[in-house]
Amino acid sequence: MFLKRQLPLLITLVCGIIWGVQYFIPHPASEAVYSFYTDWGLVIGLFASILGFVSIIRLHYMKVRHHAKNWQFSVVTLSAMPVMIVAAILTGTESGGAFMWLYNYVEVPIEATMFSLLAFYIASAAYRAFRARSAQAAALLVAAAIVMLGRVPVGAQISFWSHLFPGTSIPQIASWILNVPNMAAKRAINLGVGLGMMMVSLKIILGIERTYLGGQE
Amino acid sequence: MHLSPSIGVWVAVFLTLCVLSFLYKDNPFYKFAEHLVVGVSVGYGMVLWYTQGILPKFITPFFKEGKYIYIVPAILGIMITMQLVRKYAWLARFPMAFLLGASSGIGLPRTMQAGVIKQLEATMVPMGFSRLQYIWNIVIFVGVLSVLIYFFFSKEHKGVFGGIANIGIWYLMIGFGATFGYTVMARLSLFIGRVLFIIQTALGIQVAG
Repeated sequence: MFLKRQLPLLITLVCGIIWGVQYFIPHPASEAVYSFYTDWGLVIGLFASILGFVSIIRLHYMKVRHHAKNWQFSVVTLSAMPVMIVAAILTGTESGGAFMWLYNYVEVPIEATMFSLLAFYIASAAYRAFRARSAQAAALLVAAAIVMLGRVPVGAQISFWSHLFPGTSIPQIASWILNVPNMAAKRAINLGVGLGMMMVSLKIILGIERTYLGGQE
Repeated sequence: MHLSPSIGVWVAVFLTLCVLSFLYKDNPFYKFAEHLVVGVSVGYGMVLWYTQGILPKFITPFFKEGKYIYIVPAILGIMITMQLVRKYAWLARFPMAFLLGASSGIGLPRTMQAGVIKQLEATMVPMGFSRLQYIWNIVIFVGVLSVLIYFFFSKEHKGVFGGIANIGIWYLMIGFGATFGYTVMARLSLFIGRVLFIIQTALGIQVAG
């Protein structure tokens, strides 16, 4: 029980105190303690990445093995991994080789197109979210419309009133929205996030938050 | 019109169209592209893991520079992978305890500095009515305060407190709207980039402007 539960909590507490105090000690030895964590943390993380690689291989292997629904596509995933590795071994990782060719002509276009697909789904989500059912929802709609118009040339072109009232063209209003009310909201959210992160850190160090130990004894 | 002679460009066009076909409905072409990109990116990650991670950060220091102490984080890292073996999954708790304890300790004062004090510093700037920027500083200060009050749920949002919280909602709505608009434009520019890739790079049709 001590080995499996109390000892990890004790390690967390001691490490939390050591690296928490380290910040307040301006001394080369203190800096060394900090770099000790960054070096070790990186190596631990690198070895822990094996967990991710094994998990995804196992997931797709099991789908193929049990002929789960759409298992044929898992064959594509499982085949692509060694192809990339073999390409890197045979042609290196510099541009001009098969490895970077696969990256530039397979990975990059698919990822960019997947992200661009979100434009359509965001638009359909906007239709549902932007129906101005209240004054506050209307504020959201107006702010989004102004920012969108402010980011394209047509925004400046339709701002016919900006000659009479300088500084009120759509791009300028969009810039004001981003820099004033938007920044105020973001800053308050960041403050809340910062305070929340501190509380979570304290809870981990003090052993109140212990979900990382898992559910077993 | 001048069709691209590059096979890579046409492979990219085919895969781009496979992904865009999802706009009609989920189909085997999309599934193929989806699974392919997972495999390729994992393979890419594995190669980078070795060439830019484990090789310079562990193999070189340990085997070539004689820094044998690196065996300790390596063992700790391997202990994390023990989660794959149910019987020894508890071994992962020690490296996790080290990582979480140290990162929480490191994060605590730094978050206080960057996430709280810096934000407060940026809010408490000169305010007044003599300059336009000073007026906007008031608007920002009122916004930060009212949004913080809105997120304070330990007191019921009634009376003056509720009124200030209501102002906070207005700020949040404008902020969310602005973020939404910004995101939509970023996604649209990505989409325009893909369309231009097909039209200009693959088909060789030059678009004016």
